Amino acid sequence: MSEILSAAVSIGFFGLAFAMVLYLISVGLSVTMGLMGFVNLAHGVFAMFGGYAVTTLMNSYGMPFWASLICAVVIVAMLSVAFERVLYRRLYGGDELDQVLLTIGLVFMSVAVAKYFWGPLAQLFQPPSELRGQVDLGFREFPAYRSFLIICGAVLVTGLWLALDRTRFGAKIRAAVDNLRMAQAVGINTSGLFTVTFALGSGLAALGGGLGAELLPIYPGYATDYLVYFLIVVSVGGLGSIRGPFLAALLLGIADTAFKYLLPEIGSFFIYALTLVLLMWRPRGLIGPS
Amino acid sequence: MTAVAERVVASAAETFARRHRFRWYEALPWLVAVAGYFAFPDYLALGSQILATILFALSVDLVLGYGGIITLGQAAFFGAGAYTAGLLAAHGMGAPVIGLLIAAVAAALVGLISGVVVLRTHGLTQLMMTLMVAVMLHEAANKANTVTGGADGLQGMEVGPVFGLFHFDLYGNTAYFYCLAALFICWFVMRRIVHSPFGRSLTGIRENEARMHAIGSPVFRRRLVAYTISAAMAGVSGALVAQTTQFVATDALGFERSGNVLIMLLLGGIGRLYGAFIGVPLYMIAQDRFAAIDPVYWYFWIGLLLVLMVTFARGGVLGIVDRVGAVLRRRR
Amino acid sequence: MTEAAASAALETRGLCKSFGALAVANSIDFRLARGARHALIGPNGAGKTSFVNLVTGALQPNDGRILLDGADITPLSQAQRVKRGIVRTFQITTLFRGLTVLENVTLAVSERLGSGGDIHRPAGSRRHIIDEAYALLERLGLHDDALRPVKELAYGRQRLVEIAVALGLSPKVLLLDEPAAGVPSSESGTIVDTIERLPTDIALLIIEHDMDLVFRLARWITVLVAGQILVEGAPQAIAADARVRQVYLGERAHA
Repeated sequence: MSEILSAAVSIGFFGLAFAMVLYLISVGLSVTMGLMGFVNLAHGVFAMFGGYAVTTLMNSYGMPFWASLICAVVIVAMLSVAFERVLYRRLYGGDELDQVLLTIGLVFMSVAVAKYFWGPLAQLFQPPSELRGQVDLGFREFPAYRSFLIICGAVLVTGLWLALDRTRFGAKIRAAVDNLRMAQAVGINTSGLFTVTFALGSGLAALGGGLGAELLPIYPGYATDYLVYFLIVVSVGGLGSIRGPFLAALLLGIADTAFKYLLPEIGSFFIYALTLVLLMWRPRGLIGPS
Repeated sequence: MTAVAERVVASAAETFARRHRFRWYEALPWLVAVAGYFAFPDYLALGSQILATILFALSVDLVLGYGGIITLGQAAFFGAGAYTAGLLAAHGMGAPVIGLLIAAVAAALVGLISGVVVLRTHGLTQLMMTLMVAVMLHEAANKANTVTGGADGLQGMEVGPVFGLFHFDLYGNTAYFYCLAALFICWFVMRRIVHSPFGRSLTGIRENEARMHAIGSPVFRRRLVAYTISAAMAGVSGALVAQTTQFVATDALGFERSGNVLIMLLLGGIGRLYGAFIGVPLYMIAQDRFAAIDPVYWYFWIGLLLVLMVTFARGGVLGIVDRVGAVLRRRR
Repeated sequence: MTEAAASAALETRGLCKSFGALAVANSIDFRLARGARHALIGPNGAGKTSFVNLVTGALQPNDGRILLDGADITPLSQAQRVKRGIVRTFQITTLFRGLTVLENVTLAVSERLGSGGDIHRPAGSRRHIIDEAYALLERLGLHDDALRPVKELAYGRQRLVEIAVALGLSPKVLLLDEPAAGVPSSESGTIVDTIERLPTDIALLIIEHDMDLVFRLARWITVLVAGQILVEGAPQAIAADARVRQVYLGERAHA
């Protein structure tokens, strides 16, 4: 009995840590897709460059973990504004196919750029010394870095939700997701809102990419190979929703961990099948936008 | 009916008829294909791949260009056909034409079953589902590596002679004409389909789905039929590649394949029946030249090309030809 | 109730539909008489378009039944209902913009004749379909534009094409959702004339905002408010009804 319990605790723990990373990366995608109706398959690119920025700053320039994280977020957010202004903006409200093709193009370019600058192998990621080893929670020991991920994720998620619920900016985003034309009619500067939201979503993705470099290794195929995960979180969660993707990330994180632990042979297959079933059951996702 | 009305109706009927009447330039791809055989005898293997991939792109054009269904998972059907033909050949049933037909049926079945699920949804959900079907099959092929050989490829394919007469030779002569014949037949069928009332109703669905519902068109069924036919064509394409290269691996089902074919089609022009004939050779010949030097750079430039085309040159090469033609006509 | 009491072409019984807490149809009992010239009016958000969507099958009701000529059609799909003669036009022009006017109508006619899914013959090989479509365009005075793409036409003409496409389906019940919406008043006369000239064996339900148009065309009016029928009757009675005035004046006060 205790063995089963212990396995369940492990799955819950590792699944939760994975879920936090998935959520941080994907939430921006959900909001930008819901807000701008833009099918952005290149969202993983921002997470990947976040990861590259963190590992490079730490490994090659000896920058502390925390400082590298902040730098990575700022760099990627700024970069994403350029992308949004130059490339994405002109396709808002346009043909979905154009959006798909544009972003596939960006993904392909990202693979080449990553391979050119960093080579084909995964980046070495070493958590800072204070987050290495195990922490003892009395009844059991847990890896410190994963525990940190869970706490860090929980704090960020709470902060994000509070910010969206309580601040003026959050209210604007919610209004625009709900009814874009109405939001424009009442004088919300949606163009600026798009840019800021896009930057925010990309920054969060970079943060998720950096924090999660241990779980989702940073290598050139990142943006294509994990794309399925991010899209599952967003589509199962519900476009434009903030809480939906969290639920979906939890489901995916825990299910993925559980399958890898219990049925490694057929794990991913079941995850994909489960996604199909969930989408058949709720085509608009578990929690649609309000 | 008045004389004027007679004339208009006749001219309308003529307009409809003109669409499916053969024109001189439709012979061009086939002339080029035959000329290519004599001009580049050393490149017949690449030639066969190009012909089979044109068929794959045609299958995407049917669902995407005519049906308006954005698919990220067309490789599912390509792979289903490739593995069907491969497994048949690996288990002593190497008659190629029969293998091709069975592969078409198998891929059509995958298309039909997945279509029932996928085509009930719209937008991102639909896109996701097409992707899910392909990654599921990819994962299944990966995990069933005792049967499929996984990423290393299926072992022991033995493909017999075509109709018991023409052996697949080392130089690729048979393979080239085998692919050319299959492509020609499929193209002919597809051409008839897009110019039939069924094809027009697909265009109707793409142009305005709500209106098609309102005129009593069974939209779901039409799309399902198109999706299934397209899957069969993709399956034939996969089987052609498997039989002529005597090799199948899991990359037959990969995301890159679904993505690349979209790019090739975009390059030529989507929804035009001939986009595939232009985009695929351009892409594959360029890939053969440049990717050999450095595959990493290749992906960079192809990505950049895609970004530039979406931003500046919608409609592909044929779109540009159209626009130049329009300008010239106006000048005249 | 004399007109509605005659045998009904279309009837709904206890029709209910809600989206979450919002009830767009709250137990609607509605009768459309054979050959009716019936208008459905009501303030914005009263559920008029939802009612059309329920009747045509674009939406499924939560409860209640829809009868066509006394037969229950509630479980039928949109396409099946069209085959039985329930046809609609759209408030916002919904056409195949890239196709010619004639082809828009041809698609409808060939769908009605069951040959819209033919895969073995070239489109246009059945002359009688084109003949029929063209005759329809002549009737509506659209024949001069027959070979032009719809998107090149003025909006008022496009509204007429909407009606032509609907007529190509030989409707028994025709639901016109704001047929003159967005059309400059100088052109709306043609649309009203066209509707007035429609054959009397078609039961017409006109959903409209424009009261002039309603009073010109309708012989019977139903007023829908918040998903419920407030009142119905002959135009004079409706015009004089205090509740109706209040609803409309109330709406203007809000706007």
